[in-house]
Amino acid sequence: MSKRKSKESSGANGECVSQVQKILRERFCHRSATGKLFGIERQHRHLLELLKRTTVHGESNSALIIGPRGSGKTALLNHVLKELTEMKQVKENLLEVHLNGKVKGNCQFFMKNHFLSGLLQTNDKVALKEITRQLHLENVVGDKVFGSFAENLAFLLEALRKGDRTSSCPILFVLDEFDLFVHHKNQTLLYNLFDISQSAQTPITVIGLTCRQDILELLEKRVKSRFSHRQIYLMNSFDFKQYIRIFKEQLSLPAEFPDKSFAQKWNNNIQHLSEDKTVKDVLQNLFHYTKDLRSLHLLLMLAVSNVTVRHPLIAASDLQEASKQIRMDSKANIVHGLSVLEICLIIAMKHLNDVYEGEPFNFQMVYNEFQKFIQRKAHCMYNFEKPVVMKAFEHLLQLELVKPIERPSVRAQREYLLMKLLLDNNQIMDALQAYPNCPTDVKQWAASSLSWL
Amino acid sequence: MPNLEHPAYPAATLLHLESLVPCRESQVSMLLSIFGERQQFSFPSIFIYGHTSSGKTYVMQTLLNTLQLPHVFVNCVEYFTSRLLLEEILIQLQNSSSETEQTSHVPCDNFNDFVRLFKQAVASRELQDQTLYIVLDRAEQLREMEANILPAFLRLQELTDRNVTVVLLSEIVWELFRPSTGCFEPFTLYFPDYSIGHLQKILSQNHPSEYSADFYAAYINILLGVFYMVCRDLKELQHLAVLNFSKYCEPVVSGEANERDTRKLWKNIEPHLKKAMQTVYLREISSSQWERLQRDDGEPGQLKGLSAHTHVELPYYSKFLLIAAYLASYNPVRTDKRFFLKHHGKIRKTNFMKKHEKTSNHLLGPKPFPLDRLLAILYSIVDNRVAPTANIFSQITSLVTLQLLSMVGHNDQLDGPRYKCTVSLDFIRAVAR
Repeated sequence: MSKRKSKESSGANGECVSQVQKILRERFCHRSATGKLFGIERQHRHLLELLKRTTVHGESNSALIIGPRGSGKTALLNHVLKELTEMKQVKENLLEVHLNGKVKGNCQFFMKNHFLSGLLQTNDKVALKEITRQLHLENVVGDKVFGSFAENLAFLLEALRKGDRTSSCPILFVLDEFDLFVHHKNQTLLYNLFDISQSAQTPITVIGLTCRQDILELLEKRVKSRFSHRQIYLMNSFDFKQYIRIFKEQLSLPAEFPDKSFAQKWNNNIQHLSEDKTVKDVLQNLFHYTKDLRSLHLLLMLAVSNVTVRHPLIAASDLQEASKQIRMDSKANIVHGLSVLEICLIIAMKHLNDVYEGEPFNFQMVYNEFQKFIQRKAHCMYNFEKPVVMKAFEHLLQLELVKPIERPSVRAQREYLLMKLLLDNNQIMDALQAYPNCPTDVKQWAASSLSWL
Repeated sequence: MPNLEHPAYPAATLLHLESLVPCRESQVSMLLSIFGERQQFSFPSIFIYGHTSSGKTYVMQTLLNTLQLPHVFVNCVEYFTSRLLLEEILIQLQNSSSETEQTSHVPCDNFNDFVRLFKQAVASRELQDQTLYIVLDRAEQLREMEANILPAFLRLQELTDRNVTVVLLSEIVWELFRPSTGCFEPFTLYFPDYSIGHLQKILSQNHPSEYSADFYAAYINILLGVFYMVCRDLKELQHLAVLNFSKYCEPVVSGEANERDTRKLWKNIEPHLKKAMQTVYLREISSSQWERLQRDDGEPGQLKGLSAHTHVELPYYSKFLLIAAYLASYNPVRTDKRFFLKHHGKIRKTNFMKKHEKTSNHLLGPKPFPLDRLLAILYSIVDNRVAPTANIFSQITSLVTLQLLSMVGHNDQLDGPRYKCTVSLDFIRAVAR
């Protein structure tokens, strides 16, 4: 009977585990608006006030949200917009246009959050077409926008100028990767948007999101003077205790989870983990390296992906494994897979760097060092021909462990091209320790450099 | 016992998958656990790095095809501009949709249009919320395209608001990819290199049916013994294994030895493999030439590679010109007087020379020299009198065309042309014979 019971519980667990994975994966990877903000209540209130004033009172505004990568700028904005749409006065009153310096996305009429960013709209022409498309102005047929850049701009400005406070709908412009818009020619788009926000035309609000702290210095003088200089900073300003609390909250299952007993067990396990010393060490290591929540999400996602029916609760070892996986030194991994000849070349380069204090070298010098080693010390290394050694050297070039100082021209011979090594001594020595079946004289050569010059 | 287990996929498929990817089970199981079930979200971007031929492309393709996950596979070297790349992704999405209507070619040259068209293509594909994988092979080429392509691909899930994961495969580590203002960091996964045991296991799998597995395994052992120190690239080793096997079997075929006479087989094959290292491994001769040589059983000393010196025949004065150019390039100017004049004095070593004694010219490469110096050295090394006719000058120009000399500086320099010698000492020795 116990077998049947365990079978039942494992059947239930299969469904549960799948649900848990679904919820947590959406939270960590897709980052749908979870509704939980940590430590930025003041900024949240500021932004909400600003947008309320635009939509309800028809005031024009502009603001910049500045913060390092992963500090929650987009999350904050989405949260505020969601709250805004739930307010009764705002529901049909606001038009949104999202622009991304990277890409332009499509925005539908009634406030569906699409992402536009400085990555998408790489120049003002593309940006303008996207704005026109999103606002569904009259020169849009289906998806195509007709007209040249000048015509589109004139049309847009006319359309926006016609309105005034009382009779037209306020428009919200969200510019993601704002620092990329600053590099467009003449900063035309920014100038026009800020200009409209300062004059008594259609009420618009321009919100820019950027990761550069020096963004104001990049703006031109005429653009800067039209900007309201309102800046909202998100600085990841929580300490380690709050970090652990965030860790707990992010991993906990919500109250609406269907299987209550499993949710209870899960949450208890998380509570237990947050008090465990090894887990605290792991989190401390990550906290010292980077404070933002994005890397925490990466770690947690990796730990969650190990949850299966056989292993339904996260253990401290999962987190340790995940942490080790994230903190691997990638160059050491690459050196681990090189052949013995290539390792010898790297050691020769290391000695050249030591003797000549980091001056660039060429292949002929490296080959010379290698020959010195072969003639004096090596017993197990066969004296390879120069072209074979050249091929090994070119493999190192291909892996970008060695980089030429200037672009190779057709005229210069390959052996005499100056290069530099992109590994430092500690990395090389550590990698040699981990290298499998390293011949002893190679190891000794690496350790003692000048004993036989 | 099957190592790969996952609730979302049937066990039979997983067993089949495991048989296709030897020595890579742990990487495949990590990928499976990250991908999760079909509808679940995964990392927005994954970066997989590892050595040449460590199986990255092969494992990804096998995994996606065997489990029939919806995917798009693009090689960034083949589609080397952003326009080609984006259009190819859209074309593959269109082609794999279940509707058979062929839509016309849609141009897409910036990422903005790509996002819009991508959303349309995905909507028409009836994916039922399954994760779509976009795999970009040789991703280091993305750095050469416009600056927004790489960060935009890393964020594609966020920009399009769809269930899509971008997988980047490359040999180069992530630190060399990261843009200067930062970007959305992908999850990095390392494919470790094969150990010698793994290499042996994989190479022994392709044994031809006429011979036993042990015989082939012994051959692979010998091959790895010669080549493992130099090269660990699986593809190269497979190429060499295939080319040299017929030579290895020769004693057995001709009846001189049977399969177990390891010493005889070793003595037969060893010089052959050493020769292979100097020629076929370096691609000095093509593999068809190599096979022809094996069949004809010609003298191994006759192998002429691409960089063989003997096929260049130069006229009498050109040889002397070349030697004079070599001397001019590699000897410093102040030693000329000492070497080439009948009555020379001693050269006193100055402080400057003592400091710079160590860096020999042979290490730093050839130095440029003016035409007059070349002619001066030429006159001193040729025994009979040489007249400075146009013949000599035209031979200098033809040496430049053959790229044995190279001209340094512009054609219209007022001081006269300067040259540099671009051949090595071995070549000069061969010419001087």
